[in-house]
Amino acid sequence: MSIKKFVVGLYDDEAPLFDAVKQIRKEGFKIHDVYTPYPVHGMDKALGLRETSLHTAGFIYGMTGTTIALSFMSWVFTTNWPLNIGGKPHFPLPSLIPITFEFTVMCAAVGMVLTFCYLCKFAPFVRKHHFHERATDDKFVVVIECTSDSTEADATATLAKLGAAEINTQIAESEWWFGTYDKEEKKYTEQDLVKAAH
Amino acid sequence: MATYSNTFEQSAGNKKWGTILTGIGILTLLAGIGLLGFSGDEHSKTRFWAGLLQNSVYFLLVVNAAMFFLCATTLGFAGFTISFRRVAEAISTLVPVFGVLALVVLLAIVFTDQTHIYHWMDTVTRENDKIILGKSGFLSKPFFVIWTIVAVGGWTIFGAKMRKISREADDTAMDTETAKKWLFKNSVHASLFIVCFGLTVASTIPWFWLMSIDAHWYSTMYSWYVFASTFVAGMALIALYIIYLKNQGHLPFTTKEHLHDIGKFMFAFSIFWTYLWFSQFMLIWYANIPEETEYFRIRMHGEYRGLFWLNLILNFVTPFLLLMKANAKRNYTIVTFAAVVIIFGHWLDFYLMVAPSTMKAHGSIGWFEIGVAIGYVGLIILLVGRGLSKSPLVPMHHPLLKESIIHHT
Repeated sequence: MSIKKFVVGLYDDEAPLFDAVKQIRKEGFKIHDVYTPYPVHGMDKALGLRETSLHTAGFIYGMTGTTIALSFMSWVFTTNWPLNIGGKPHFPLPSLIPITFEFTVMCAAVGMVLTFCYLCKFAPFVRKHHFHERATDDKFVVVIECTSDSTEADATATLAKLGAAEINTQIAESEWWFGTYDKEEKKYTEQDLVKAAH
Repeated sequence: MATYSNTFEQSAGNKKWGTILTGIGILTLLAGIGLLGFSGDEHSKTRFWAGLLQNSVYFLLVVNAAMFFLCATTLGFAGFTISFRRVAEAISTLVPVFGVLALVVLLAIVFTDQTHIYHWMDTVTRENDKIILGKSGFLSKPFFVIWTIVAVGGWTIFGAKMRKISREADDTAMDTETAKKWLFKNSVHASLFIVCFGLTVASTIPWFWLMSIDAHWYSTMYSWYVFASTFVAGMALIALYIIYLKNQGHLPFTTKEHLHDIGKFMFAFSIFWTYLWFSQFMLIWYANIPEETEYFRIRMHGEYRGLFWLNLILNFVTPFLLLMKANAKRNYTIVTFAAVVIIFGHWLDFYLMVAPSTMKAHGSIGWFEIGVAIGYVGLIILLVGRGLSKSPLVPMHHPLLKESIIHHT
């Protein structure tokens, strides 16, 4: 991830945060992220985030689990090592169902947890920049990313207008990870830094 | 802006269709009495009573599930139900009516035509059958009759009490202290109903009404299985009525968020039903003890083979795949379709509980079974509409109403 310039606004409560987020987006700023001490209901919608695809991933993991469990067990019991268990048929489908079910649940659960960790860049050796330490305690933090369209002064003025308790500017690398986090290719360049300073 | 009316007036179309369908049901019943009930043919007689038993018990337990849903959510202080709880209350007003119909059928079976359905009631059988003799403490006619009356009476009385308390939230605003006391009163009466429900629907009543048809056979899953079957159908019925009322321009506070939750209930309890169905099936299949497998032998191999698998497809595969996505549970068309499939599917499930054991290889779903079911659907349309028009659609002074309005999933 590249180094970018951020304007950070601090709020004491979630109610003004909602209005602020909506207004900031309306004025055309790019919100890098919002950091809150707990999950705020409806914030994803206010931020305009798209619906997560995590459940689709979960379904695919689950189907993978079902397929693996059923095909492996049927291969073992019919081809690899057929055993006569209590006179049951060699392909005793009902008795395979509980294991298939458990394996499906396990694949879906473990797969979704790992995918979630990947999407949130939640792993060892990931460096994350803390915009405000009290976002983990009792404050609500909005982070606006400065782009070529939005200067630091504009963002600061807007946050001040929207009643942020504390505003500051940080030049930081928000995080680093193998994959791509930002889909946006346009990075904040040195020229922008110079331009923003003037 | 649309204006909402807090009162429901039964439309002429609603009354017309309700009357027509009820009329079809009554005609079927009359034809059934003539052609089946009083015919000399033993199979026809059995079919008559089996069809009545299946329909009366199924629809009674389905409408009763609405009151169970209300009481369970009341005990859990669930606020999201408030904006549509009058719908469930209106559905539960059918319990006395369907209860009396079921009582008539059951008492008629006990006192006039014992052996076609419940062979354990036959005196000669009882004395010569060691297994039935061993169960005679429970499977006795007086106990059956008394407990049936107690159960239907209990659901009626406790349900009526819940509805009566609910009406107190209509006209006058409550201050905090009154609201607390009122909610506590709600909880007390809801728990009374739940206790009654647990001792009847969740245990003894399915044993008496349905499981004792195969008096030699037993399953410890059976009552839960019946409960799950009727509960999921009950939720489907509530969903249908919410969508109907929304389309009529009522229930302003009930949004797709609420429908989403009802959809979750339909989805989750379809899986729960399958879980119980499979648990019952697999243990019997695996142990392979003749007196236990008899129940499934007649259903899996023979005339009922197609219906047996159709039952699983309608009640598990269809809702599972249809309602899996979050958006599907918020879509009126998909939820309506799934609800109709579920209600029909569990009716079929009840058919499979009653018909194979009573009619053996001669059973079939024909004009009589379907006609009586249509009559019941007509009664539901007529009486739920009447129930809805009796009280305001939203209890405007319910302490938890705000929670329901701002609810989102």
